[in-house]
Amino acid sequence: MVSIDAAVGDRGAAEQSQGQLHLKAEARSLDFYYGTFQALKGVEMPIYQNKVTALIGPSGCGKSTFLRCFNRMHDLYPNMRYEGEIRLMPDDVNILAKSVDPIEVRMRIGMVFQKPNPFPKSIYENVVYGLRVRGVNNKAVLDEKAEQALRAAALWNEAKDRLNDVALALSGGQQQRLCIARALATDPELLLFDEPTSALDPIATASIEDLMSQLKEHVTILVVTHNMQQAARVSDYTAYMYLGELIEFDKTDTIFFKPRRKETEDYITGRFG
Amino acid sequence: MSDHTSKQFDADMETIRSGVLSMGGLVERQVRRAIEALGEDEDARLIDAVGADEREINQMQSVIDQQCAQIIARRQPTAIDLRMIMMVTKIVNDLERIGDEAKKIAYKSAKVRGSERLTRIRFHDAVRMAGGAQRMLREALDAFARLDVNAAAKVVEEDDEIDVAFDAVMRQLISFMMEDPRTISAALEVVFIAKSIERIGDHSKNVAESVVQVVKGKDVRHASADEIRAEVAGE
Repeated sequence: MVSIDAAVGDRGAAEQSQGQLHLKAEARSLDFYYGTFQALKGVEMPIYQNKVTALIGPSGCGKSTFLRCFNRMHDLYPNMRYEGEIRLMPDDVNILAKSVDPIEVRMRIGMVFQKPNPFPKSIYENVVYGLRVRGVNNKAVLDEKAEQALRAAALWNEAKDRLNDVALALSGGQQQRLCIARALATDPELLLFDEPTSALDPIATASIEDLMSQLKEHVTILVVTHNMQQAARVSDYTAYMYLGELIEFDKTDTIFFKPRRKETEDYITGRFG
Repeated sequence: MSDHTSKQFDADMETIRSGVLSMGGLVERQVRRAIEALGEDEDARLIDAVGADEREINQMQSVIDQQCAQIIARRQPTAIDLRMIMMVTKIVNDLERIGDEAKKIAYKSAKVRGSERLTRIRFHDAVRMAGGAQRMLREALDAFARLDVNAAAKVVEEDDEIDVAFDAVMRQLISFMMEDPRTISAALEVVFIAKSIERIGDHSKNVAESVVQVVKGKDVRHASADEIRAEVAGE
Protein backbone atom coordinates (compact mmCIF):
# COMPACT_ATOMS: atom_id res chain seq x y z
CA MET A 1 0.00 0.00 0.00
CA VAL A 2 1.24 3.48 -0.87
CA SER A 3 1.69 5.96 1.93
CA ILE A 4 -0.34 9.15 2.08
CA ASP A 5 2.41 11.47 0.96
CA ALA A 6 2.93 9.20 -2.03
CA ALA A 7 -0.44 10.51 -3.25
CA VAL A 8 1.58 13.12 -5.09
CA GLY A 9 4.61 10.90 -5.30
CA ASP A 10 4.60 10.71 -9.06
CA ARG A 11 4.98 14.44 -9.32
CA GLY A 12 8.74 14.48 -9.55
CA ALA A 13 8.79 11.73 -12.12
CA ALA A 14 6.03 13.39 -14.13
CA GLU A 15 7.94 16.66 -14.14
CA GLN A 16 11.07 14.97 -15.29
CA SER A 17 9.40 13.00 -18.04
CA GLN A 18 7.83 16.17 -19.42
CA GLY A 19 10.52 18.77 -19.14
CA GLN A 20 8.21 21.62 -20.11
CA LEU A 21 5.87 21.26 -17.13
CA HIS A 22 5.54 24.43 -15.08
CA LEU A 23 3.64 24.96 -11.91
CA LYS A 24 0.75 27.40 -12.18
CA ALA A 25 -0.36 27.00 -8.62
CA GLU A 26 0.25 24.76 -5.70
CA ALA A 27 -1.80 23.85 -2.64
CA ARG A 28 0.36 23.38 0.42
CA SER A 29 -0.96 21.79 3.61
CA LEU A 30 -4.34 23.28 2.81
CA ASP A 31 -7.00 22.89 5.48
CA PHE A 32 -10.42 24.40 5.25
CA TYR A 33 -13.14 24.69 7.89
CA TYR A 34 -16.85 25.37 7.61
CA GLY A 35 -17.19 26.53 11.22
CA THR A 36 -15.97 23.54 13.18
CA PHE A 37 -16.29 21.09 10.29
CA GLN A 38 -13.02 20.42 8.57
CA ALA A 39 -13.75 20.05 4.87
CA LEU A 40 -10.16 19.90 3.57
CA LYS A 41 -7.37 18.09 5.33
CA GLY A 42 -3.80 18.93 4.49
CA VAL A 43 -4.22 18.97 0.72
CA GLU A 44 -0.93 19.12 -1.15
CA MET A 45 -1.37 19.39 -4.88
CA PRO A 46 0.31 20.93 -7.90
CA ILE A 47 -1.64 22.61 -10.68
CA TYR A 48 0.39 22.53 -13.88
CA GLN A 49 0.37 25.41 -16.30
CA ASN A 50 -1.55 24.99 -19.56
CA LYS A 51 -2.93 21.69 -18.40
CA VAL A 52 -6.42 20.64 -17.46
CA THR A 53 -6.58 19.17 -13.99
CA ALA A 54 -9.75 17.35 -13.01
CA LEU A 55 -10.96 16.90 -9.46
CA ILE A 56 -13.07 13.82 -8.93
CA GLY A 57 -14.59 12.20 -5.89
CA PRO A 58 -17.96 11.41 -4.36
CA SER A 59 -20.31 14.13 -3.14
CA GLY A 60 -18.98 15.81 -0.05
CA CYS A 61 -15.37 14.83 -0.69
CA GLY A 62 -14.28 18.47 -0.72
CA LYS A 63 -13.55 18.89 -4.41
CA SER A 64 -15.82 21.92 -4.86
CA THR A 65 -14.63 23.35 -1.56
CA PHE A 66 -11.08 22.99 -2.82
CA LEU A 67 -11.92 24.60 -6.16
CA ARG A 68 -13.59 27.55 -4.47
CA CYS A 69 -10.54 28.23 -2.34
CA PHE A 70 -8.77 29.25 -5.52
CA ASN A 71 -10.86 32.35 -5.99
CA ARG A 72 -11.47 33.02 -2.35
CA MET A 73 -15.15 32.41 -2.73
CA HIS A 74 -15.40 31.23 0.84
CA ASP A 75 -14.54 34.78 1.95
CA LEU A 76 -18.14 35.70 1.18
CA TYR A 77 -19.42 33.70 4.16
CA PRO A 78 -18.65 34.09 7.85
CA ASN A 79 -17.16 31.35 10.04
CA MET A 80 -15.10 29.87 7.26
CA ARG A 81 -11.40 29.51 7.67
CA TYR A 82 -8.43 28.59 5.54
CA GLU A 83 -5.17 27.21 6.84
CA GLY A 84 -2.15 26.47 4.75
CA GLU A 85 -1.45 28.04 1.39
CA ILE A 86 -2.34 28.18 -2.25
CA ARG A 87 0.62 29.67 -4.04
CA LEU A 88 0.01 31.22 -7.42
CA MET A 89 2.87 31.32 -9.88
CA PRO A 90 4.92 32.90 -11.33
CA ASP A 91 4.93 35.46 -8.52
CA ASP A 92 4.68 32.74 -5.85
CA VAL A 93 2.14 34.57 -3.68
CA ASN A 94 -0.15 32.86 -1.22
CA ILE A 95 -3.53 33.89 -2.56
CA LEU A 96 -5.19 32.93 0.71
CA ALA A 97 -3.19 35.52 2.65
CA LYS A 98 -5.35 38.19 4.29
CA SER A 99 -3.12 40.82 2.69
CA VAL A 100 -4.13 39.66 -0.77
CA ASP A 101 -7.25 41.34 -2.16
CA PRO A 102 -9.82 38.71 -3.20
CA ILE A 103 -10.99 40.97 -6.05
CA GLU A 104 -7.48 40.94 -7.44
CA VAL A 105 -7.40 37.14 -7.10
CA ARG A 106 -10.67 36.82 -9.00
CA MET A 107 -9.29 38.95 -11.82
CA ARG A 108 -6.54 36.40 -12.31
CA ILE A 109 -8.60 33.34 -11.55
CA GLY A 110 -11.96 33.08 -13.29
CA MET A 111 -14.80 30.76 -12.45
CA VAL A 112 -17.54 29.03 -14.40
CA PHE A 113 -20.39 27.43 -12.51
CA GLN A 114 -22.60 24.41 -12.87
CA LYS A 115 -25.63 26.29 -14.09
CA PRO A 116 -25.03 29.00 -16.64
CA ASN A 117 -25.57 32.26 -14.79
CA PRO A 118 -25.50 35.13 -17.26
CA PHE A 119 -26.51 38.49 -15.87
CA PRO A 120 -29.86 39.82 -17.05
CA LYS A 121 -28.07 42.11 -19.46
CA SER A 122 -27.10 42.03 -23.09
CA ILE A 123 -24.62 39.49 -24.39
CA TYR A 124 -22.11 42.26 -24.89
CA GLU A 125 -22.50 43.68 -21.39
CA ASN A 126 -22.13 40.24 -19.89
CA VAL A 127 -18.77 39.75 -21.57
CA VAL A 128 -17.34 43.15 -20.68
CA TYR A 129 -18.71 43.14 -17.15
CA GLY A 130 -15.41 42.23 -15.49
CA LEU A 131 -13.60 44.89 -17.44
CA ARG A 132 -16.12 47.56 -16.48
CA VAL A 133 -15.75 46.55 -12.81
CA ARG A 134 -12.08 47.07 -13.32
CA GLY A 135 -12.80 50.59 -14.60
CA VAL A 136 -12.23 49.99 -18.30
CA ASN A 137 -14.74 52.05 -20.27
CA ASN A 138 -12.98 52.73 -23.57
CA LYS A 139 -15.43 51.48 -26.19
CA ALA A 140 -12.72 50.38 -28.62
CA VAL A 141 -10.94 48.36 -25.94
CA LEU A 142 -14.18 46.79 -24.74
CA ASP A 143 -15.23 45.90 -28.29
CA GLU A 144 -11.93 44.25 -28.99
CA LYS A 145 -11.90 42.32 -25.73
CA ALA A 146 -15.50 41.24 -26.21
CA GLU A 147 -14.75 39.86 -29.64
CA GLN A 148 -11.61 38.10 -28.45
CA ALA A 149 -13.38 36.52 -25.52
CA LEU A 150 -16.38 35.44 -27.58
CA ARG A 151 -14.13 33.96 -30.21
CA ALA A 152 -12.11 32.12 -27.58
CA ALA A 153 -15.33 30.77 -26.12
CA ALA A 154 -16.46 29.63 -29.60
CA LEU A 155 -19.53 31.85 -29.41
CA TRP A 156 -18.59 34.67 -31.75
CA ASN A 157 -20.18 33.31 -34.89
CA GLU A 158 -23.46 32.67 -33.14
CA ALA A 159 -23.51 35.90 -31.15
CA LYS A 160 -21.88 38.56 -33.31
CA ASP A 161 -25.14 39.71 -34.90
CA ARG A 162 -27.08 39.78 -31.67
CA LEU A 163 -24.62 41.28 -29.19
CA ASN A 164 -27.30 43.56 -27.81
CA ASP A 165 -29.85 40.83 -27.30
CA VAL A 166 -30.49 39.84 -23.73
CA ALA A 167 -28.20 36.98 -22.75
CA LEU A 168 -31.01 34.93 -21.25
CA ALA A 169 -32.37 34.39 -24.77
CA LEU A 170 -29.41 32.13 -25.57
CA SER A 171 -29.63 28.34 -25.29
CA GLY A 172 -28.17 26.61 -22.23
CA GLY A 173 -24.97 25.64 -24.00
CA GLN A 174 -24.59 29.12 -25.46
CA GLN A 175 -25.18 30.66 -22.03
CA GLN A 176 -22.46 28.50 -20.59
CA ARG A 177 -20.07 29.55 -23.34
CA LEU A 178 -21.05 33.14 -22.63
CA CYS A 179 -20.10 32.64 -18.99
CA ILE A 180 -16.77 31.25 -20.18
CA ALA A 181 -16.32 34.30 -22.43
CA ARG A 182 -17.15 36.54 -19.48
CA ALA A 183 -14.51 34.76 -17.40
CA LEU A 184 -11.98 35.00 -20.23
CA ALA A 185 -12.47 38.72 -20.87
CA THR A 186 -10.31 39.71 -17.92
CA ASP A 187 -7.44 37.57 -19.22
CA PRO A 188 -7.35 35.14 -16.30
CA GLU A 189 -4.40 32.84 -15.80
CA LEU A 190 -6.39 30.10 -14.20
CA LEU A 191 -9.97 29.08 -14.96
CA LEU A 192 -12.06 27.16 -12.46
CA PHE A 193 -14.92 25.04 -13.74
CA ASP A 194 -17.40 23.69 -11.22
CA GLU A 195 -19.43 20.96 -12.95
CA PRO A 196 -19.53 23.07 -16.10
CA THR A 197 -21.65 20.71 -18.19
CA SER A 198 -23.91 18.96 -15.74
CA ALA A 199 -26.86 21.13 -16.81
CA LEU A 200 -26.16 20.71 -20.53
CA ASP A 201 -27.17 18.20 -23.17
CA PRO A 202 -24.52 15.92 -24.73
CA ILE A 203 -23.95 18.13 -27.78
CA ALA A 204 -23.44 21.28 -25.70
CA THR A 205 -21.28 19.22 -23.34
CA ALA A 206 -19.06 18.10 -26.19
CA SER A 207 -18.62 21.67 -27.37
CA ILE A 208 -17.64 22.86 -23.89
CA GLU A 209 -15.19 19.98 -23.53
CA ASP A 210 -13.72 20.78 -26.90
CA LEU A 211 -13.44 24.38 -25.85
CA MET A 212 -11.56 23.41 -22.72
CA SER A 213 -8.89 21.66 -24.72
CA GLN A 214 -8.50 24.73 -26.93
CA LEU A 215 -8.43 27.12 -23.98
CA LYS A 216 -5.64 25.32 -22.22
CA GLU A 217 -3.18 26.70 -24.74
CA HIS A 218 -3.61 30.04 -23.01
CA VAL A 219 -4.94 29.33 -19.54
CA THR A 220 -4.63 26.69 -16.91
CA ILE A 221 -7.85 24.87 -16.10
CA LEU A 222 -9.05 23.23 -12.93
CA VAL A 223 -12.34 21.39 -13.29
CA VAL A 224 -14.61 19.65 -10.81
CA THR A 225 -16.76 16.98 -12.37
CA HIS A 226 -19.03 14.19 -11.25
CA ASN A 227 -18.75 12.69 -14.68
CA MET A 228 -15.71 10.48 -14.61
CA GLN A 229 -15.74 9.94 -18.34
CA GLN A 230 -15.59 13.69 -18.70
CA ALA A 231 -12.56 13.84 -16.43
CA ALA A 232 -11.00 11.09 -18.53
CA ARG A 233 -11.79 12.93 -21.76
CA VAL A 234 -10.74 16.46 -20.95
CA SER A 235 -8.02 16.37 -18.34
CA ASP A 236 -4.27 15.88 -18.38
CA TYR A 237 -4.07 15.31 -14.65
CA THR A 238 -6.64 13.93 -12.27
CA ALA A 239 -6.94 14.22 -8.54
CA TYR A 240 -9.13 11.85 -6.56
CA MET A 241 -10.40 13.27 -3.29
CA TYR A 242 -12.24 11.57 -0.50
CA LEU A 243 -13.43 12.93 2.85
CA GLY A 244 -11.45 16.11 2.42
CA GLU A 245 -8.19 14.39 1.60
CA LEU A 246 -6.30 14.11 -1.64
CA ILE A 247 -6.06 10.37 -2.13
CA GLU A 248 -4.20 10.28 -5.41
CA PHE A 249 -2.92 12.73 -7.96
CA ASP A 250 -1.42 11.59 -11.22
CA LYS A 251 -1.60 11.79 -14.97
CA THR A 252 -5.12 11.07 -16.17
CA ASP A 253 -3.78 8.22 -18.30
CA THR A 254 -2.45 6.56 -15.17
CA ILE A 255 -5.47 7.22 -12.98
CA PHE A 256 -7.89 5.66 -15.44
CA PHE A 257 -5.75 2.72 -16.45
CA LYS A 258 -3.70 1.71 -13.43
CA PRO A 259 -4.12 3.97 -10.41
CA ARG A 260 -1.70 3.30 -7.59
CA ARG A 261 -4.25 3.41 -4.78
CA LYS A 262 -6.95 0.82 -4.35
CA GLU A 263 -9.35 3.53 -3.12
CA THR A 264 -8.97 5.33 -6.43
CA GLU A 265 -9.49 2.17 -8.44
CA ASP A 266 -12.61 1.31 -6.45
CA TYR A 267 -14.05 4.75 -7.06
CA ILE A 268 -13.38 5.04 -10.76
CA THR A 269 -14.54 1.51 -11.49
CA GLY A 270 -17.79 2.08 -9.62
CA ARG A 271 -17.00 -0.17 -6.66
CA PHE A 272 -17.37 2.63 -4.18
CA GLY A 273 -19.50 2.36 -1.07
CA MET B 1 -11.83 -7.20 -5.82
CA SER B 2 -14.91 -5.84 -4.12
CA ASP B 3 -18.23 -5.58 -5.91
CA HIS B 4 -19.45 -2.86 -8.20
CA THR B 5 -22.22 -0.63 -7.00
CA SER B 6 -24.01 -1.83 -10.10
CA LYS B 7 -24.83 -5.50 -9.63
CA GLN B 8 -25.50 -5.85 -13.33
CA PHE B 9 -21.94 -4.73 -14.07
CA ASP B 10 -20.68 -7.43 -11.70
CA ALA B 11 -22.85 -9.98 -13.44
CA ASP B 12 -21.60 -8.90 -16.88
CA MET B 13 -17.97 -9.13 -15.80
CA GLU B 14 -18.57 -12.52 -14.22
CA THR B 15 -20.16 -13.77 -17.43
CA ILE B 16 -17.02 -12.88 -19.35
CA ARG B 17 -14.72 -14.33 -16.74
CA SER B 18 -16.55 -17.63 -16.52
CA GLY B 19 -16.85 -17.68 -20.32
CA VAL B 20 -13.06 -17.54 -20.60
CA LEU B 21 -12.74 -20.36 -18.08
CA SER B 22 -15.19 -22.63 -19.82
CA MET B 23 -13.60 -21.87 -23.17
CA GLY B 24 -10.27 -22.65 -21.53
CA GLY B 25 -11.65 -25.95 -20.26
CA LEU B 26 -12.79 -26.85 -23.74
CA VAL B 27 -9.41 -25.96 -25.24
CA GLU B 28 -7.69 -28.04 -22.58
CA ARG B 29 -9.86 -31.00 -23.49
CA GLN B 30 -9.12 -30.51 -27.14
CA VAL B 31 -5.38 -30.43 -26.52
CA ARG B 32 -5.67 -33.54 -24.38
CA ARG B 33 -7.53 -35.39 -27.11
CA ALA B 34 -5.02 -34.30 -29.72
CA ILE B 35 -2.19 -35.60 -27.57
CA GLU B 36 -4.06 -38.83 -26.98
CA ALA B 37 -4.42 -39.18 -30.72
CA LEU B 38 -0.62 -39.21 -30.81
CA GLY B 39 -0.69 -42.18 -28.45
CA GLU B 40 -0.87 -45.90 -28.87
CA ASP B 41 -3.83 -46.65 -31.09
CA GLU B 42 -5.33 -44.66 -33.82
CA ASP B 43 -8.72 -43.48 -32.82
CA ALA B 44 -10.63 -41.73 -35.57
CA ARG B 45 -13.38 -40.78 -33.15
CA LEU B 46 -10.89 -38.71 -31.15
CA ILE B 47 -9.89 -36.83 -34.24
CA ASP B 48 -13.53 -36.16 -35.11
CA ALA B 49 -14.12 -34.91 -31.57
CA VAL B 50 -11.22 -32.48 -31.96
CA GLY B 51 -12.91 -31.07 -35.04
CA ALA B 52 -16.21 -30.64 -33.19
CA ASP B 53 -14.50 -28.92 -30.24
CA GLU B 54 -12.84 -26.59 -32.69
CA ARG B 55 -16.19 -25.27 -33.94
CA GLU B 56 -17.47 -24.75 -30.40
CA ILE B 57 -14.30 -22.94 -29.42
CA ASN B 58 -14.58 -20.58 -32.38
CA GLN B 59 -18.17 -19.87 -31.41
CA MET B 60 -17.19 -19.08 -27.82
CA GLN B 61 -14.48 -16.73 -28.97
CA SER B 62 -17.01 -14.72 -30.98
CA VAL B 63 -19.51 -14.64 -28.13
CA ILE B 64 -16.97 -13.49 -25.54
CA ASP B 65 -15.54 -10.84 -27.86
CA GLN B 66 -19.05 -9.54 -28.42
CA GLN B 67 -19.76 -9.44 -24.68
CA CYS B 68 -16.56 -7.46 -24.16
CA ALA B 69 -17.58 -4.97 -26.86
CA GLN B 70 -20.99 -4.60 -25.20
CA ILE B 71 -19.46 -3.80 -21.83
CA ILE B 72 -17.16 -1.23 -23.39
CA ALA B 73 -20.09 0.38 -25.21
CA ARG B 74 -22.43 0.40 -22.24
CA ARG B 75 -20.19 0.90 -19.23
CA GLN B 76 -17.04 2.63 -20.38
CA PRO B 77 -14.97 0.47 -18.04
CA THR B 78 -11.83 1.91 -16.46
CA ALA B 79 -8.77 0.66 -14.61
CA ILE B 80 -8.99 -3.01 -13.55
CA ASP B 81 -12.23 -3.53 -15.48
CA LEU B 82 -10.77 -2.00 -18.62
CA ARG B 83 -7.58 -4.02 -18.31
CA MET B 84 -9.60 -7.18 -17.73
CA ILE B 85 -11.74 -6.65 -20.81
CA MET B 86 -8.84 -5.73 -23.06
CA MET B 87 -6.93 -8.78 -21.93
CA VAL B 88 -9.91 -11.13 -22.18
CA THR B 89 -10.19 -10.33 -25.87
CA LYS B 90 -6.52 -11.27 -26.23
CA ILE B 91 -6.81 -14.35 -24.06
CA VAL B 92 -9.71 -15.77 -26.04
CA ASN B 93 -7.69 -15.14 -29.18
CA ASP B 94 -4.78 -17.13 -27.74
CA LEU B 95 -7.12 -19.90 -26.63
CA GLU B 96 -8.64 -20.12 -30.07
CA ARG B 97 -5.17 -20.37 -31.60
CA ILE B 98 -4.31 -23.14 -29.15
CA GLY B 99 -7.43 -24.91 -30.39
CA ASP B 100 -6.16 -24.55 -33.96
CA GLU B 101 -2.80 -26.02 -33.02
CA ALA B 102 -4.53 -28.95 -31.29
CA LYS B 103 -6.50 -29.63 -34.42
CA LYS B 104 -3.32 -29.61 -36.49
CA ILE B 105 -1.70 -32.06 -34.09
CA ALA B 106 -4.65 -34.42 -34.30
CA TYR B 107 -4.73 -34.43 -38.10
CA LYS B 108 -0.97 -34.71 -38.48
CA SER B 109 -0.82 -37.60 -36.06
CA ALA B 110 -3.22 -39.55 -38.31
CA LYS B 111 -0.87 -39.02 -41.23
CA VAL B 112 2.26 -39.99 -39.31
CA ARG B 113 0.75 -43.23 -38.15
CA GLY B 114 0.81 -44.51 -41.71
CA SER B 115 4.60 -44.65 -41.57
CA GLU B 116 6.29 -47.79 -40.32
CA ARG B 117 9.70 -46.21 -40.39
CA LEU B 118 9.24 -44.00 -37.39
CA THR B 119 9.54 -45.74 -34.06
CA ARG B 120 7.49 -44.86 -31.00
CA ILE B 121 10.48 -43.19 -29.37
CA ARG B 122 10.23 -40.09 -31.46
CA PHE B 123 6.54 -39.74 -30.72
CA HIS B 124 7.33 -40.34 -27.12
CA ASP B 125 9.52 -37.24 -26.95
CA ALA B 126 6.87 -35.15 -28.64
CA VAL B 127 4.27 -36.48 -26.21
CA ARG B 128 6.49 -35.58 -23.27
CA MET B 129 6.92 -32.10 -24.68
CA ALA B 130 3.15 -31.92 -25.11
CA GLY B 131 2.76 -32.73 -21.42
CA GLY B 132 4.75 -29.59 -20.61
CA ALA B 133 2.60 -27.49 -22.92
CA GLN B 134 -0.59 -28.90 -21.38
CA ARG B 135 0.70 -28.05 -17.92
CA MET B 136 1.48 -24.51 -19.03
CA LEU B 137 -2.02 -24.09 -20.42
CA ARG B 138 -3.61 -25.40 -17.24
CA GLU B 139 -1.47 -23.19 -15.05
CA ALA B 140 -2.11 -20.12 -17.22
CA LEU B 141 -5.86 -20.68 -16.89
CA ASP B 142 -5.50 -21.16 -13.15
CA ALA B 143 -3.49 -17.94 -12.94
CA PHE B 144 -6.31 -16.18 -14.81
CA ALA B 145 -9.02 -17.68 -12.60
CA ARG B 146 -7.25 -16.50 -9.44
CA LEU B 147 -5.56 -13.43 -10.99
CA ASP B 148 -2.38 -14.89 -9.52
CA VAL B 149 0.65 -13.08 -10.94
CA ASN B 150 3.14 -15.42 -9.30
CA ALA B 151 1.59 -18.40 -11.03
CA ALA B 152 1.60 -16.39 -14.26
CA ALA B 153 5.31 -15.61 -13.91
CA LYS B 154 5.98 -19.32 -13.45
CA VAL B 155 4.22 -20.14 -16.71
CA VAL B 156 6.41 -17.64 -18.53
CA GLU B 157 9.50 -19.35 -17.16
CA GLU B 158 8.24 -22.77 -18.20
CA ASP B 159 8.06 -21.68 -21.80
CA ASP B 160 11.86 -21.87 -21.96
CA GLU B 161 11.68 -25.58 -21.10
CA ILE B 162 9.31 -26.21 -24.00
CA ASP B 163 11.62 -24.36 -26.33
CA VAL B 164 14.56 -26.51 -25.17
CA ALA B 165 12.51 -29.68 -25.62
CA PHE B 166 11.51 -28.53 -29.09
CA ASP B 167 15.17 -28.09 -30.06
CA ALA B 168 15.95 -31.57 -28.76
CA VAL B 169 13.13 -33.13 -30.78
CA MET B 170 14.36 -31.29 -33.86
CA ARG B 171 17.92 -32.54 -33.42
CA GLN B 172 16.71 -36.06 -32.99
CA LEU B 173 14.51 -35.91 -36.08
CA ILE B 174 17.34 -34.47 -38.14
CA SER B 175 19.61 -37.36 -37.19
CA PHE B 176 16.87 -39.83 -38.12
CA MET B 177 16.39 -38.19 -41.45
CA MET B 178 20.11 -38.21 -42.16
CA GLU B 179 20.39 -41.86 -41.27
CA ASP B 180 17.47 -42.95 -43.36
CA PRO B 181 16.01 -40.60 -45.97
CA ARG B 182 12.89 -42.79 -46.22
CA THR B 183 11.82 -41.34 -42.84
CA ILE B 184 11.86 -37.78 -44.13
CA SER B 185 8.22 -37.36 -45.07
CA ALA B 186 6.98 -38.81 -41.78
CA ALA B 187 9.62 -36.93 -39.80
CA LEU B 188 8.46 -33.68 -41.36
CA GLU B 189 4.97 -34.36 -40.05
CA VAL B 190 6.46 -34.80 -36.59
CA VAL B 191 8.28 -31.48 -37.03
CA PHE B 192 4.91 -29.82 -37.58
CA ILE B 193 3.47 -31.58 -34.56
CA ALA B 194 6.38 -30.47 -32.37
CA LYS B 195 6.03 -26.96 -33.72
CA SER B 196 2.31 -26.94 -32.85
CA ILE B 197 3.12 -28.10 -29.34
CA GLU B 198 5.70 -25.38 -29.05
CA ARG B 199 3.10 -22.84 -30.21
CA ILE B 200 0.67 -24.05 -27.55
CA GLY B 201 3.38 -23.20 -25.05
CA ASP B 202 3.79 -19.75 -26.60
CA HIS B 203 0.05 -19.01 -26.51
CA SER B 204 -0.16 -20.22 -22.91
CA LYS B 205 2.68 -17.87 -22.10
CA ASN B 206 0.72 -15.05 -23.77
CA VAL B 207 -2.27 -15.85 -21.57
CA ALA B 208 -0.02 -15.68 -18.51
CA GLU B 209 1.40 -12.35 -19.64
CA SER B 210 -2.12 -11.03 -20.09
CA VAL B 211 -2.85 -11.99 -16.48
CA VAL B 212 0.13 -9.90 -15.37
CA GLN B 213 -1.19 -7.03 -17.47
CA VAL B 214 -4.65 -7.30 -15.87
CA VAL B 215 -3.27 -7.24 -12.34
CA LYS B 216 -0.25 -4.99 -12.70
CA GLY B 217 -1.30 -2.77 -15.57
CA LYS B 218 2.06 -3.39 -17.16
CA ASP B 219 2.77 -4.75 -20.61
CA VAL B 220 5.26 -7.58 -20.06
CA ARG B 221 5.00 -9.19 -23.49
CA HIS B 222 8.51 -8.22 -24.43
CA ALA B 223 10.05 -8.50 -20.99
CA SER B 224 12.41 -11.27 -19.93
CA ALA B 225 11.35 -13.86 -17.37
CA ASP B 226 13.61 -12.10 -14.85
CA GLU B 227 11.99 -8.74 -15.53
CA ILE B 228 8.55 -10.27 -15.15
CA ARG B 229 9.52 -11.87 -11.87
CA ALA B 230 10.77 -8.48 -10.63
CA GLU B 231 7.55 -6.79 -11.76
CA VAL B 232 5.43 -9.42 -10.07
CA ALA B 233 7.43 -9.17 -6.85
CA GLY B 234 7.05 -5.36 -6.70
CA GLU B 235 4.39 -4.16 -4.24
